[in-house]
Amino acid sequence: MSSITINGQTHGLPQDPRTTLLDFMHQHLQLFGAKKGCDHGQCGACTVLVDGERMNACLLLTFQLAGKSIVTIEGLASDDELHPLQQAFIDNDAFQCGFCTSGQICSGVALKSELEKNRPSTLWFDPDYTKTEDVKERLSGNLCRCGAYPHIIDAVSICTDEQEA
Amino acid sequence: MKPFSVFSLQDKQDLSKVASFEHSRFLAGGTNLVDLMKHQIEEPDQIVDLSGWQEAHQISESDHKVTIGALVTNTELADFAYRQPTLSLLSQALLAGATVQLRNRATTGGNLLQRTRCYYFYDTTKACNKREPGSGCAALDGFNRIHAVLGTSEHCIASHPSDMATAMTALDATVHTMNAAGEVRHIPVRELYTLPGDTPHIETQLGADELITAVSINKTARGTQIYQKVRDRSSYAFALVSVACAMHVKDGIIENINLAFGGVGSRPWHAKSAEDYLRGKSATEALFSQAADVELSAAKGSGGNDFKIPMLKRTLVHVLGQAASHQQQHPDHEGAIHVR
Ligand SMILES: Cc1cc2nc3c(=O)[nH]c(=O)nc-3n(C[C@H](O)[C@H](O)[C@H](O)COP(=O)(O)OP(=O)(O)OC[C@H]3O[C@@H](n4cnc5c(N)ncnc54)[C@H](O)[C@@H]3O)c2cc1C
Ligand code: SF4
Ligand code: FES
Ligand code: FES
Repeated sequence: MSSITINGQTHGLPQDPRTTLLDFMHQHLQLFGAKKGCDHGQCGACTVLVDGERMNACLLLTFQLAGKSIVTIEGLASDDELHPLQQAFIDNDAFQCGFCTSGQICSGVALKSELEKNRPSTLWFDPDYTKTEDVKERLSGNLCRCGAYPHIIDAVSICTDEQEA
Repeated sequence: MKPFSVFSLQDKQDLSKVASFEHSRFLAGGTNLVDLMKHQIEEPDQIVDLSGWQEAHQISESDHKVTIGALVTNTELADFAYRQPTLSLLSQALLAGATVQLRNRATTGGNLLQRTRCYYFYDTTKACNKREPGSGCAALDGFNRIHAVLGTSEHCIASHPSDMATAMTALDATVHTMNAAGEVRHIPVRELYTLPGDTPHIETQLGADELITAVSINKTARGTQIYQKVRDRSSYAFALVSVACAMHVKDGIIENINLAFGGVGSRPWHAKSAEDYLRGKSATEALFSQAADVELSAAKGSGGNDFKIPMLKRTLVHVLGQAASHQQQHPDHEGAIHVR
């Protein structure tokens, strides 16, 4: 199992065990969707899905991911149609420079499935928490230097609400 | 990052097959170690990769106790503990730490052994006894707002950053280990960490070849629980001060109390003196304030972090008050509650 699947395509693992998933995608596969904001787990711009769970690609050493299936922003759309959350970002004007956007969207996609799995957030200990506060808490791992937060929260909230309906 | 070789551990018995543990590190989720390796603060020649060790991903339960494999992620543990009233404090602490992305990757063993966030530890151009023994401590008269006020020494004032370990300290968890010779130990988490003294580079009593295999916690009733974390922003920030508390009050008397502090100690701080002072007495605000003074009598600020001492006192008194009044309104309540 010395291979990794990224957006449905199988790749051999990099030779050098120091290669992070983020650098592997950028330098070996020309996949630039996941961004490098900080390279230290502090911004979320590199967020990808590893077997469906969101993680910071900058802190993942690729050799540890043998046999795993990764989905990046490039793998979310189907043929000619955007992923509903990608569309919601456009409809809600949820980005400015766009640098954080691929991470925000991957995070939002995972957030939806985490809610379906009934995973708690720290707010769930408060009987009076609101859904919007909960979305904010769950998205706190994705910083946006442009401060597009209000519209990002709107786009993600709309998509998660649709799921529940 | 310095080049390294990889040994892939599939089972704990494989420890005996590792030729040497000199300049070697175990790699779990990597959310701390990979970061430190990028900064060249950690420069192992060998990585013992734990990702293929299947057995360590399990949480097992008996009537009395829960055993959490070393590779159970922070997300999995938070999810599990949320639904266990006697352990929900642990869930509250885990969910107050880092972000979903990090918790999905971070593991139980790795979280316990994460290293300090002291700025000078991270800055390889500065003196740091922890990173480079004997070089000095730039934090002593530098920026030390995030540093410890309990358990420090003149050689290091770094604080332990873990929320999870603070809750586990309150819950009196046991850390299970095994070394390359196959020797097994069961170490109370309250005894896992060593104080800095004049050897701040030594942080725990574990040997270089000693693997954390699991953490176990008794399922005894603990009463109302609160993990209260005070920080610079309401999410995605380490604790300046945190209090983990579990309290059982009967007829106005504190029957049982478990207390630990985060962000303020050179290790996750078991507030034993405060516990001893509170146990068996009647739950009043005056008592809470006295208990705080007893525990904090040895606290020492370094300038930038002086504020932590009164902040810890206020947080502790507030948390104790909330837990006690919840117990009085809901006798025999078990589980974590939110306080504002
Ligand atoms: C931006 C950011 C914010 C964060 N915020 C918080 C926060 O608010 N609160 C908080 O508590 N934490 C926080 N963290 C820290 C995070 O919780 C830790 O990085 C994580 O828990 C470490 O787990 P890991 O499995 O990734 O460990 P690794 O990075 O793999 O390992 C950490 C250390 O543990 C050792 N180790 C790992 N597993 C074992 C084992 N089984 N036996 C023996 N040794 C072992 C490794 O050798 C290494 O020294 C934050 C981290 C980042 C990057
Ligand atoms: S406080 Fe400790 S970790 Fe920080 S610079 Fe001083 S010796 Fe290093
Ligand atoms: S680039 Fe990975 S978290 Fe910032
Ligand atoms: S849109 Fe610019 S960083 Fe978020």
